[in-house]
Amino acid sequence: MLNKLVLENLKHRPVRTALSILAIGVEVTMMLTVVGLSEGMLEDSARRARGAGADIWVRPPGSAVIGLSSAPMPEKILEFFRKQPHVVIATGSVAHPIGGVNTVTGLDFEEFSRMCGGFKFLEGGPFQGPDDIIVDERYARQENIRVGQTIRIMNRDWYVRGVVEPGKLARLIVPLRTLQELTGNTGKLTQAYLKLDDPANTQKVIDSLKAQLKDYQIYSIEEFTSLFSVSNVPGLRAFIHVIIGLSVVVGFLVVFLSLYTAVLERTREVGILKSLGASPAYILNILLRETALLTLAGSLLGIVLSFGTRWAVMTFIPASLTQKTVPEWWPIATGIALAGALIGAAYPGWKAARQDAIEALAYE
Amino acid sequence: MSEASTIIRIRDLKKVYHVGEVDVPALRGVNLDVERGEFLAVVGPSGSGKSTLFHIIGGLTPPTSGSVVVNGRDVARMSDAERTEMRKREVGFVFQKYNLLPTLTAYDNIAIARHIARGSPELDGDFRQILELLGIAHRLHHKPSALSGGEQQRVAIARALVNHPAILLADEPTGNLDSRNSEAVLTLLRDLNKRLGQTILMITHNPEAAAYADRIVHMRDGRIVEFDNLDQT
Repeated sequence: MLNKLVLENLKHRPVRTALSILAIGVEVTMMLTVVGLSEGMLEDSARRARGAGADIWVRPPGSAVIGLSSAPMPEKILEFFRKQPHVVIATGSVAHPIGGVNTVTGLDFEEFSRMCGGFKFLEGGPFQGPDDIIVDERYARQENIRVGQTIRIMNRDWYVRGVVEPGKLARLIVPLRTLQELTGNTGKLTQAYLKLDDPANTQKVIDSLKAQLKDYQIYSIEEFTSLFSVSNVPGLRAFIHVIIGLSVVVGFLVVFLSLYTAVLERTREVGILKSLGASPAYILNILLRETALLTLAGSLLGIVLSFGTRWAVMTFIPASLTQKTVPEWWPIATGIALAGALIGAAYPGWKAARQDAIEALAYE
Repeated sequence: MSEASTIIRIRDLKKVYHVGEVDVPALRGVNLDVERGEFLAVVGPSGSGKSTLFHIIGGLTPPTSGSVVVNGRDVARMSDAERTEMRKREVGFVFQKYNLLPTLTAYDNIAIARHIARGSPELDGDFRQILELLGIAHRLHHKPSALSGGEQQRVAIARALVNHPAILLADEPTGNLDSRNSEAVLTLLRDLNKRLGQTILMITHNPEAAAYADRIVHMRDGRIVEFDNLDQT
């Protein structure tokens, strides 16, 4: 009976109901999108790191795990690595940020191709000159780039030599020497990659390297990719919390305003229910059910909308951002939205429950 | 009048409303006995205290002083929660403006009163007879906006009776109706009183409506000033 009353009340004011559901939907989408983007981008980075095909990653002392600092290490160190037992390939790269989350990576193309198993060209081919650039399919799609085109990055014109399948470390690849010179890092590397004769020897090699190279950051690929988590990105968790906090405030305000006007509008109905013997708890129950129904409908809409934001991200800016579908967050976001909504319903609910029956019945 | 047959016993009832810093006396010492099965009309000018008297008998507001014993229990000594309980079972209200919930059908308006009182919206099997008597059995699936004033008031009467209350309190039940519908509703109330023994208290401004009752109580300035006994047999 109560559910029927709640449903009829919501149907009675379709525009207000639709707007409330939409606002809660946007709240839930905000949460799912920010979490989906954070996890999606970290996962994409980890996937591309694995695509490099290295068993061991070496980074210079003092560098951050996520994000590439220009803290360099000498290129000569590759010779040292090549002399280590079990090391089959040792190569390195220089990375330079070009705005947003994109970086240009300088590689020894042949050596790196050997390590990663080779790039798959969708268009064009390997470098032929020092000003050549190879981009991955996502970046090409996002920036509408074709082979043979010239693009300007770092105040320099680059000839697009090839478009490759994504997933091999970098989205924009240029010759190692060119980028070293361009960034003033001649003879230096941002990180080094080691391929072993057998991955089973990884820990043994790491232990040996750590004993010889004090302060260097040396990781197995499993260890390195496991570090791509929200808690390892400075400020990301706080950022997510801020967005969730803002979402809760939005949900709170929407439900507060919606129910506050509903309670004012239904003052007489509250009086009628009280004259029939409805207790304050009964009145409150009606409003809380209404809140829960609005929130559930809004959450469902928010989940659907998050697929929309994901489609938009993956269609229009697939190289800059990657959004993951996060079904494990659907109940969490719904719970958070429900908590905000229930807080928003508290005052209108209390006001309705405490309403004087006679005054309410006299309300015009 | 024996103690057992008295369903309402009111003694020295006073009610003062506090409006800002001003005390406004609405009832200034009302004494009244109502017999079980009686049809009583309360008449008087606006501001005479009729509605306040109903609100106190119906447990919508507590008295300031005095005693109001309804079906053996003194309303003056009840807590808010006890008065809420009393409204579920002891009294049924019929208002001038019908006061139906606009979003529910006629049937659901009746069923929700049942749900509030008993926790289940199911109506008693024999309640169908009352719906037939009220002439609304075929209109139950319409919303109030699709019903005439007379039909809405009959739905309101059905809702007031659904929990078999000891007392039906009707506040100007014909105030919004034309003469044909007024007569139909008043005849219905008298039938309910005579055929089912339903105790009815009815506020009215209309002497013709008051004439349907067994007895008329005249109020003025918060006091009962006159009783008229009418022979309805």
